[in-house]
Amino acid sequence: MLRISCPWCGPRDEPEFRWGGEVPVLRPGPPEAVSDSAWAQYLFVRDNPKGWVRERWVHAFGCRQWLIVVRNTVTHEIRATARLTEPLPEVTP
Amino acid sequence: MRFSALALARGAFSFHGNWPQLWRSPEPKRRYDVAVIGGGGHGLATAYYLAKEHGVRNVAVLEKGWLGGGNTGRNTTVVRSNYFYPESARLYELSLRLYEGLSRELGFNIMLSQRGILTLAHDSHQLKMLARWLNAMHLNGIDGELLGPGEVRQWLPLLNDSPTARYPVKGAVLQRRGGIARHDAVAWGYARAADTLGVDIVQNCEVLGFLREGERVVGIETTRGCIQADKVALAVAGHSGVLAAKAGFRLPVTSYALQAFVTEPVKPALSCVAVSMATGAYVSQSDKGELVVGGSLDLYPSYAQRGNLPTLQAVVAGLLELFPCFSRLRMLRQWAGIVDVVHDSSPIIDHAPVKGMYLNCGWGTGGFKAIPGGGLVFAHLIATGRPHPAAEAFTLRRFASGALIDEGAAAGISH
Repeated sequence: MLRISCPWCGPRDEPEFRWGGEVPVLRPGPPEAVSDSAWAQYLFVRDNPKGWVRERWVHAFGCRQWLIVVRNTVTHEIRATARLTEPLPEVTP
Repeated sequence: MRFSALALARGAFSFHGNWPQLWRSPEPKRRYDVAVIGGGGHGLATAYYLAKEHGVRNVAVLEKGWLGGGNTGRNTTVVRSNYFYPESARLYELSLRLYEGLSRELGFNIMLSQRGILTLAHDSHQLKMLARWLNAMHLNGIDGELLGPGEVRQWLPLLNDSPTARYPVKGAVLQRRGGIARHDAVAWGYARAADTLGVDIVQNCEVLGFLREGERVVGIETTRGCIQADKVALAVAGHSGVLAAKAGFRLPVTSYALQAFVTEPVKPALSCVAVSMATGAYVSQSDKGELVVGGSLDLYPSYAQRGNLPTLQAVVAGLLELFPCFSRLRMLRQWAGIVDVVHDSSPIIDHAPVKGMYLNCGWGTGGFKAIPGGGLVFAHLIATGRPHPAAEAFTLRRFASGALIDEGAAAGISH
């Protein structure tokens, strides 16, 4: 069971949250200039790292705000959480 | 050596003390024609078919841990071919047919039990979708039957069919040829057969990096030294992204933990595999009598080979909706494997973006049933450089072209 510290609500249990993908993933543009392979990279291809990762979660059964979580995919340790308006936390392996 | 009644009798005279090892544990050679990374079912089957079908015998299988200790030893052993799209049906049917002859071919009892797999519908909409799925199966030449509630009750007498059930059963699709097989025996059978044909199976050999010559991968740096290889084949499931990063490319793969659990053993109570997508649980009974239960992925990426409690609770709650009497059973063991999920829940069997490297990944939650077929088509790709006719659609470029094969539903569990 993860315990995620929501920047608005404080520490809450994992089932209140939904995972929303690793960040940053930036949408390429403008649309008419984006090749199929660049679009596929944006849609499907991810770092999928073994270790520290920055990801977006949503507090779906709480305040329903999105947040950034710095999490380790091997130990499931959570190092930091942040609001989307804050600067993205740095990850050092 | 192969097992037989005679060998068994001979072994009895020496009190079974003189059985030879089933495969060698050789030191890795300096150079191989093909190095397969990953000593699970897919890697071992690939090596076996390379040697048997294509005469490529200077082959190594490199395994980080022990043979079959990853997802091959962590699945729920279900085999079936009830897929929706023609491309998938062809591939998984090829695999199921190979499974049907595998004990004889390998001389190793994989304990295939085609006891039938029932996918349950709990409302009329699910029943219509199952009927459509069944029509697609029939068009693809796959066997299947639609069962009414009365027939389902005969198959699953313990099912909760009370009028007040939260999930009443409206019907089911049955594939009689589906069932279960002994997962370890599949790995061991392929390992012994590949070893007999000259394949070197090197365990405790972790890949640290790749040797490059310009654009091309020409070898592997491992914890047991550098190994030259003309061709490098990846069959590492959830760790595909990790090895891809070492080789300098990225994949459309996300790694999740998929867990399973078994109860204490009981007398025969369940004669088939029962799948219920609405409750998010599926269950079969092993030959030892344990109920083998599986369900949804843990819905965030993970490389930890253990599952989380909320998912376990949700799956068990679903199971008990279906079979209230199982509430008395205690869970004996729980584990998780790291599965390589792609967006359309279909595999990738293709050349890697770097020369000299080949990919077999993206099987996600359903790799076990695909072991013989996956090995056969992957060996074909490695040996000939061209995709096997049954695997032409499972390319890496489909993510850019848009020709996805969306088997999210037929994959059987929620993603």
